[in-house]
Amino acid sequence: MPHPNGGNLSMVLPRSKLARREALEGYIFLLPWVLGFLAFHFGPLLASLYLGFTNYRGSTAPQWIGLENFQRMFADDPLFWQSLKVTVLYAVGFLPLGLVIGFGIALLMNQKVPGITLFRTIYYLPSVMTGVAVAILWQFVFHREYGVLNHLIGFFGAEPIAWLNNSTWVLVAFVIMGLWGVGGGMIVYLAGLQAIPTELYEAAGIDGANSWQRFWAITIPMMTPTIFFNLVTGLIATFQIFTTAYIMTQGGPNYGTYFFSLNIYYTTFRSLRLGYASALAWMLFILIMTLTLLVFSTARRWVYYAGEKAETA
Amino acid sequence: MSNWTASSPPTATEPIRTQRTNRGLGMRQRRLIGLGLTYALLLVGTAVLMIPFFWMISTSLKSLDEVYIYPIQWIPSQLVWANYVDVFVKVPFARYLYNSAFIAFVAIIGNLLGSSLAAFSFARLRYPGKLFLFVVMLSTLMVPAWVTMIPHFMLFKWLGWLDSYLPILVPAFFAQPFFTFLLRQFFLGIPLDLEDAARIDGCSSLGIYWRIFLPLARPALITVAIFSFFYYWNDLLYPLIYLQSQDKFPVAMGIATFRSEQYANFALMMAAATLALLPMLIVFFLAQRLFIQGVVITGVKG
Repeated sequence: MPHPNGGNLSMVLPRSKLARREALEGYIFLLPWVLGFLAFHFGPLLASLYLGFTNYRGSTAPQWIGLENFQRMFADDPLFWQSLKVTVLYAVGFLPLGLVIGFGIALLMNQKVPGITLFRTIYYLPSVMTGVAVAILWQFVFHREYGVLNHLIGFFGAEPIAWLNNSTWVLVAFVIMGLWGVGGGMIVYLAGLQAIPTELYEAAGIDGANSWQRFWAITIPMMTPTIFFNLVTGLIATFQIFTTAYIMTQGGPNYGTYFFSLNIYYTTFRSLRLGYASALAWMLFILIMTLTLLVFSTARRWVYYAGEKAETA
Repeated sequence: MSNWTASSPPTATEPIRTQRTNRGLGMRQRRLIGLGLTYALLLVGTAVLMIPFFWMISTSLKSLDEVYIYPIQWIPSQLVWANYVDVFVKVPFARYLYNSAFIAFVAIIGNLLGSSLAAFSFARLRYPGKLFLFVVMLSTLMVPAWVTMIPHFMLFKWLGWLDSYLPILVPAFFAQPFFTFLLRQFFLGIPLDLEDAARIDGCSSLGIYWRIFLPLARPALITVAIFSFFYYWNDLLYPLIYLQSQDKFPVAMGIATFRSEQYANFALMMAAATLALLPMLIVFFLAQRLFIQGVVITGVKG
């Protein structure tokens, strides 16, 4: 057999000729992923783990320095703490707002009123428009003198804000920009809302529950898996924010948007401290993993899976 | 019943008689008020979300003098279409568009092929270790691109691929975990009978994949193609790391450098941004239904 592991696998593989043929085909069809995984995920992952313990700078061979990179990070690198701080602040500002507003809009979009599909399209559109062009567009929206946002808040008597030139307001600006793309989460919520069996509402209606009670007793519990999904994916994405900050502020003003990913990028390609940047990247990975696992560990308490419950009941 | 969310709480505690007489009027009025409120909210939201787009297009058609007028002008006094011409004259924007289209086209083909093969394996073939491998694949979705960035750079530099599209295009041909997952979910829904009938007729797995699964999975494949298009059209990091010659830049990279050159000329930059977003807008409106379906498959059924 042409399969490299054919000999070893014959013990594990099902006996029948047909099943063995199917297994072989299964592995062959999977090759595009297996090879890609080894070459572009697993191999590089190990390599960067190794580099994280070296002082590699790209020119000379990497030298093993043990935990020094991580020690320096915690004890002797204010930029690491700054990048951690602004990333966490941004996540804390954006994620809860994004979840609540996205959910609220989805409830609105779930109404059966004429023309609702057009509104769904309009609300979803900004979330797919990402990248450099959108960063440039927002840069002018936030312009202190000639931007449309300061003009709008002027109607309410507010003074013009230097959105992108003030290290506090700049995070607010990024949260606003993030909320503009809330339609992505909204679509997922909407799909979740439409998957709730209508019988549940009918039964509750017969029992005399008002719409507020139905919302708390049916909609919210049935939506917890979707909220959970949006929370986890949102968390992973939010901690890696890069393009908008790279284009609009380059991490400024005064490191106010020096997000974790920008720190990694600049440490790699400006300071050429590849070993230290690898350690930083692993730190980001560990941070995201820890937070995700934390969310997962709380899931048992608040995420309700209809199928699971039915078995124990 | 269909309007349950729009209507207010039913008045179950009221005496039966008054409830009977009041209900028709009350319900209708409430429904109208609810409808009015819904539309009011929807329209306010629409205005808020569309203002950035409106501002971009309005600015892109202004003369530079009008861009810098205080207080701001909502609508240009005369439309300066020359801004759009200038974008093509001052930078090789046509070249950028072509490069982006080329990258997206090849990468989409790669994504579709690699991911659908792996998805077919995960969905329909039986072999030891499948579940384990599937979990491993899903777990790679959690690995930030930043962790593999430096080893990728070293690998592609060693291969002599710097300043070429290869670091972007070659990995595209290996199954992407997210797309593989999406296609697997779709493949799982294709009836077994079709496959069994084909097998009895002597069709190989490759034949079943090519002649039955790919044609039936067209909506899912188009969804993947669209997601893929948006990804490669927008991606900045990889072009930023690997491309040096300006004539190889895709649009994202092109307008990023344009921005640093024409920093003060917001009219031109907005014209460039509009042009960069236009292909995405067109794809979005042509395929939004499938696009939204893709989100549903991964978000809810997953």
